[in-house]
Amino acid sequence: MSRRHIISILMENEAGALSRVAGLFSARGYNIESLTVAPTVDPTMSRLTLVTSGSEPIIEQITKQLNKLIDVVKLIDLVESAHIEREILLLKVRVTGEYRSEVMRLAEIFRGRIVDVTPETFVVEVTGSGEKIDAFIRAVDPETIIESARSGVTGIARGEKGLIP
Amino acid sequence: MELTGAEIIVQFLKDEGVKHVFGYPGGAVLHIYDALYRQQDVEHILVRHEQAATHAADGYARSTGKTGVALVTSGPGATNAVTGIATAYMDSIPMVVLTGQVPTSLIGNDAFQEVDSVGITRPCVKHNFLVKEVADLAVTLKKAFHIASTGRPGPVVVDIPKDVTAAKAEYVYPEKVHIRSYNPVVKGHSGQIRKAVDMLLGAQRPMIYTGGGVILGGGSEALTELTRMLNFPITNTLMGLGAYPATDRQFLGMLGMHGTYEANMSMHNCDVLFAVGARFDDRVTGNIEKFCPYAKIIHIDIDPSSISKNVRVDVPIVGNVDGVLRDMIAMIRDQNRLPNAEAIGDWWKQIEEWRGKHCLNYDHESDRIKPQYVIESLYEVTGGDAFVTSDVGQHQMWAAQFYKFDKPNRWINSGGLGTMGFGLPAAMGVQFANPGATVACVTGEGSIQMCIQELSTCRQYALPIKIIALNNRYLGMVRQWQEFFYQGRYAMSYMDALPDFVKLAEAYGHVGIRVEQPGDVVNALKEAMAHKDRLVFLDFITDQTENVYPMIPAGAGLNEMILV
Repeated sequence: MSRRHIISILMENEAGALSRVAGLFSARGYNIESLTVAPTVDPTMSRLTLVTSGSEPIIEQITKQLNKLIDVVKLIDLVESAHIEREILLLKVRVTGEYRSEVMRLAEIFRGRIVDVTPETFVVEVTGSGEKIDAFIRAVDPETIIESARSGVTGIARGEKGLIP
Repeated sequence: MELTGAEIIVQFLKDEGVKHVFGYPGGAVLHIYDALYRQQDVEHILVRHEQAATHAADGYARSTGKTGVALVTSGPGATNAVTGIATAYMDSIPMVVLTGQVPTSLIGNDAFQEVDSVGITRPCVKHNFLVKEVADLAVTLKKAFHIASTGRPGPVVVDIPKDVTAAKAEYVYPEKVHIRSYNPVVKGHSGQIRKAVDMLLGAQRPMIYTGGGVILGGGSEALTELTRMLNFPITNTLMGLGAYPATDRQFLGMLGMHGTYEANMSMHNCDVLFAVGARFDDRVTGNIEKFCPYAKIIHIDIDPSSISKNVRVDVPIVGNVDGVLRDMIAMIRDQNRLPNAEAIGDWWKQIEEWRGKHCLNYDHESDRIKPQYVIESLYEVTGGDAFVTSDVGQHQMWAAQFYKFDKPNRWINSGGLGTMGFGLPAAMGVQFANPGATVACVTGEGSIQMCIQELSTCRQYALPIKIIALNNRYLGMVRQWQEFFYQGRYAMSYMDALPDFVKLAEAYGHVGIRVEQPGDVVNALKEAMAHKDRLVFLDFITDQTENVYPMIPAGAGLNEMILV
């Protein structure tokens, strides 16, 4: 049975490390739904979070193959335990007349914010799980969406334990 | 001591104990070649094509267990080396390849002979590096050798821009190196080992299946001891031949697509499968749905990603093969237990029945030279003690089936990638590593032409390799598949306009002998071996349409072989 997984990877902050991860996925035919990467508080390391889906044996292979990469220091599959998942969405919407207040109300329901305003458009910022972002996009009239930018999912485990070397 | 980057490279190789480097010069590596010129300790061997440099370094590594080293220039030098790097990667061979690169200031500018070597080789190396600072050079080289030779071995590429080889830095040989993200597991988990031992001792129809990992991990001795202690049948993969003595009664021959009837039937019917340093390759398992339907599986491998990749296993053990096998031997001794002798006896009776089929039989009365007969004769004439390299195709399978390897590191072939052109340059590496030994390259008239230019290298270094060409005027394995599965439509599998290999060998300064009659095979081989200091090219004109049997067709299980 195919399930969604969020794999968080601590790796050396070196040129080429990202392409090793991305290359592994394309070479072995695994899919990547989203991928985010940035340096950690320790600047010698980066944290890469990717969302993928697959059956248990596939996910097991993915984590083993990732662990085999020399630049990968450590990784966890966040969905194996309690965790927090966040993604940010910036959505540019054409808004005129009464629709302006409707979008503002919608943004409020989703605890989003209007971060750019012109006479014709809003840019709405919404933060949350991938599911929540999907739900917000579905709530907006697709005819009015000019463009969307999603950050991809990042996440962290709940509790005291950290992903550290 | 302050040295240039080029001097650091050469001094490092010397300090690392490297005696031979196989390579080809070019613009980006001129400083390195100059540093090589000014010393005596590291011998550089000039090949005729960069692919051969990597295959030679690979053959050197396979026959010794030491890391092979190749040196090539940027751009085409690096791209030519890729086939050899991928070959080593697929078979987990420890190798370090130094590639020249354009100066750092030009990287990304489409400079002359520039290619993104790190990018191109990334999918077929264990790891690779681009060295941007001369100060990092020595440590990076140490990391490369460390990564290449530990854990599951593999090739490592170090890409070095020309300006880095000219710049100066303080050099101290780095004795040790620590990589925080790289700590391969070595010792097997004792709880898992205990479970495996229990399962083995309780087996009624056991089977041992071992691969290249036993050779790479130096586990042959322990494997032989354990197998004899248990009196279990054993099979080796193409990559694992020689890990267990082929002349021993318990050895059932190779398994898989062209494996023996007895090996494949024992695999199919066993109740406990003990897999050691093998990776359940598709050429071994046949149809995975039909693979070992009655077996519980134990699997030892140093690479966790090899375990449960293709086949779910019941008792996985991650660790060094030799160490785990020795732990098992000690545990069995401690427990003072042996397997059920009666059950094992019945199992052997069944196996002997399968063996009685003599699945490797061929026509001994033919008036044409049978390729199998050539290999059998080679085995006899060399006393079974030669290093045998091969190319890829029918001749490779016949060599694997008919040359009985009793020792590890003697059978050198491209099993994973299946690289035609591998045999001759690999033989050069083997001969450099084993100067006094008999090195035979079993090849075909198709494969040999893929790196034939190396006859020139063999002449330059007076390498007395014996080339055993099974010349059937066909790309035999392609022809065989076309006969079986394409109703005899032989598309492009016929070799027209072949060179006269005898004259060709002579043109390169070697000895050439053509053999056309079965009665002349043994004498020709003896004559070739008598030329102790010369390369001899033996051109055996063999039966054109001989096929490799047994054969498991695609989609079939191991019990569904096509027999002669």
